[in-house]
Amino acid sequence: MSEADVLLRAKEITRVCGGLIALNRVSLALERHSVHAVIGPNGAGKSTLINILSGELSPSSGQIELLGQDVTAWSQPRRARSGLGRSYQRNTIYPSFSVLENCRLAAQMRLPKPWAFWQDAQHCKFSTQVALEVAQRAGLAKLLERSAGLLSHGQKRQLEVAMCLATGPEVLLLDEPLAGMGAEETERMLTLLAELKKDHAILLVEHDMDAVFRIADCITVMVNGVVIASGSPAFVRASAVVRVAYLGELSDAQ
Amino acid sequence: MDLTTFLIQCLNSLQYGLLLFLVASGLTLIFGIMGVINLAHGSFYMIGAYMAYALAPLVGTTFGGGFFATLLVGLVLAVLLGYLLEWAFFSFLYQREHLQQVLMTYGLILVFEELRSLLVGDDVHGVAPPDILAGTLPLGEMMTYPVYRLFISAVCLLLALGMYLVFTRTRLGMMIRAGSTNREMVQSLGIDIKFLYRVVFAAGVAVAVFAGMVAAPVSSVYPGMGNTVLIICFVVVVIGGIGSIRGALLASLLIGVVDTFGKVLLPQASGVLIYVLMALILLWRPDGLFKAG
Amino acid sequence: MKQAKIIVVVLAFAALALFPLIAGKYGIDLVTKIMVFAVFALSLELLVGGSGLVCFGQAAFLGLGAYAAVRLSPQDASPSVLWLLPACVLAAALYALLVGALSLRTKGVYFIMVTLAFSQMAYYVAHDTPLGGGTDGIYMTTKPVLGALLDLDQPLTLYLFTLACLIAVFAFLALLLRSRFGRALAGIRVNEQRMRATGFSTYGYKLAAFVISGGIAGLAGFLFAVKDGFVNPELISWHVSGNVLIMIILGGIGHLRGAVIGAFAFALLQELFKSETLFGDFAKHWQLGLGLTIIASVALLPRGLVGVPQQLADRLLARAKPDPATDSEEPVDE
Repeated sequence: MSEADVLLRAKEITRVCGGLIALNRVSLALERHSVHAVIGPNGAGKSTLINILSGELSPSSGQIELLGQDVTAWSQPRRARSGLGRSYQRNTIYPSFSVLENCRLAAQMRLPKPWAFWQDAQHCKFSTQVALEVAQRAGLAKLLERSAGLLSHGQKRQLEVAMCLATGPEVLLLDEPLAGMGAEETERMLTLLAELKKDHAILLVEHDMDAVFRIADCITVMVNGVVIASGSPAFVRASAVVRVAYLGELSDAQ
Repeated sequence: MDLTTFLIQCLNSLQYGLLLFLVASGLTLIFGIMGVINLAHGSFYMIGAYMAYALAPLVGTTFGGGFFATLLVGLVLAVLLGYLLEWAFFSFLYQREHLQQVLMTYGLILVFEELRSLLVGDDVHGVAPPDILAGTLPLGEMMTYPVYRLFISAVCLLLALGMYLVFTRTRLGMMIRAGSTNREMVQSLGIDIKFLYRVVFAAGVAVAVFAGMVAAPVSSVYPGMGNTVLIICFVVVVIGGIGSIRGALLASLLIGVVDTFGKVLLPQASGVLIYVLMALILLWRPDGLFKAG
Repeated sequence: MKQAKIIVVVLAFAALALFPLIAGKYGIDLVTKIMVFAVFALSLELLVGGSGLVCFGQAAFLGLGAYAAVRLSPQDASPSVLWLLPACVLAAALYALLVGALSLRTKGVYFIMVTLAFSQMAYYVAHDTPLGGGTDGIYMTTKPVLGALLDLDQPLTLYLFTLACLIAVFAFLALLLRSRFGRALAGIRVNEQRMRATGFSTYGYKLAAFVISGGIAGLAGFLFAVKDGFVNPELISWHVSGNVLIMIILGGIGHLRGAVIGAFAFALLQELFKSETLFGDFAKHWQLGLGLTIIASVALLPRGLVGVPQQLADRLLARAKPDPATDSEEPVDE
């Protein structure tokens, strides 16, 4: 694992909120060409971790490095412009815009040109081109004109990821992309993630254990804001600590 | 400024601040718990003042009572008014967007103003304080201070204390605080949330009306008084933090001081000072001094 | 569908251009006033409908433009429109920059209250300081001209000039809202968090919208001052801010023509309720009728007048098909 391959690094992230320690000295590293999954029971601090990495929350202490730069003090938009993309657990697509417009608006970030007020955004070649590519990649090519609010739940989650890709990130923070999906939709999403793995570093917060063990290259297990284990899927599966704390049912089912 | 004048201004600040707190607490409570922004809240203050003026002769002839009897009658009427208004109008506003609430309550202000104009007219009136409170207390060697103003401060403090006790020590208070953060949970516990909201709203109205009644002898009774107090209440809520009673108290006292001393020290700029204060605090804390709670 | 809308708008402006041919002095004066308010309403529509920012202090920028027009006009010679108009727009835009920079640090209800408070601040400056001239207001002794071509002291010239400004503002905002900048504002309106996660510095966009909106309101203020030749602090009262909000919600938020329709509808409603021929002595209590109308229109016409045809169509469709919900391709309302 060479240093150049670590695209996002979190060092000893701690967050204290009202007397509660939400995260306690959490560290992890995201490498290019890999999926790093973060799992843990509810309240483990996974969402807080993603919020801190993306810039929505500030840590009480610790450092975050993105592509070699210290971004701990950077705002969320600034990090997003520097190659960090994130998707949300709850759909944050724009329901009243079409699928294409959802992607185009996200793609617009790369070439915002806000002063060119006489130019019709819909005819913007750059953002429309990127939007088409991204929608294609996410499997939404046939649904471009549909209003996003009318998509099925699975399609909305795909759109969520597509919008994430439209900004051209190198690091993807995905917060439960499989939430609420059926078997077929999950397959489609996993295929997409496997393909995305080729060019990006992906952090995946998920509850679907089958999916996690299928696709993750590295798994970090968190309980009550603390990392209790981190390593390859085989290591995590074999870990007694993890088994006791979290994977109890899974080990019985093996 | 010598010591006695300073003391007088301090007492004035306290009295104005506490009165403002009574009105603002209703506004911030109704917003914090029911999520309704009510522009007509200042109208309740105006209604209280006009009630003090209009009810006094009625109460005098019917019950033979004086000032305190009028206050009591006014309070009862205010609770009824609040109860009715919530049932007939405000309960429909809870689920609406803020813009719609703003406009509908703005329409309500116009309606209240014209109803008042029709019922009591547009004249400015004075209300005399009751005889036992009409005197003055000596302050230092040469100055005196009106007893009635001290009465206002005392009554406001008592009410504030009462509200604090109800909130923190009673079951009703606990239900109200729970209802503000988790509506569904409170409902599933079998508590009638509609009734709770109605009670909170009626209390908010009653307190604002009471403030108007009590303030009438010092501020006089005039048509635009509701609007003036409303905007200052907004400043209180912005500075103090929406939904925070503590914040409303601190902000009201702060504004009381800035406004009172401002009028004495910088009379030309006095109208603008509280807005400058608000701007400065916003620079430092965009969400107000305290969060709800 | 979109072609039809453009044609309707063009026809409406053409009708306004031809209106002086049939109208008398009173009509021209009234419609000029309404058009000034239409410009004012358009400025607010950029904020509320375009960006989701409910500003309750728009009157401050109107007032600033108006007071600037009066204060900057020399006593003896007619100033040129070419510098006076931009100066007023700039003055209003600068105050909007100041107010916006501070207010946009707040959100939601706080923002509504803060913008109202800043507007009150402007009101008190106009009311209490020599800069504002006090409650009596100040008069404009000379009216601006454009060389020998335009003399805005002439009612008909002012009417056409105001119409030209209205058309220019309408066209500018139409372009702006469909541009990348406008689409970014739309995204901010729907989900600001998502826009930030995508990489947009939303504060900057909102502030820009606020300043542009303030400038346009300043233009309306300039026209207002030129028309009446007189300004007083009541122009900055919060009633004015409230009224312009009512105009855009009455007309229909989310549509530029809604702002114009709303300005006309509101002015006509006011004339209606103030009419002594209809209400006799009760006409002095016209605010009662207005207040009730406001409540009713917000409650019953959520999409404003512009949305009435659609509302009627939905009603008829609901009667024809008992369950249209499942397969409907209607776009979801925001």
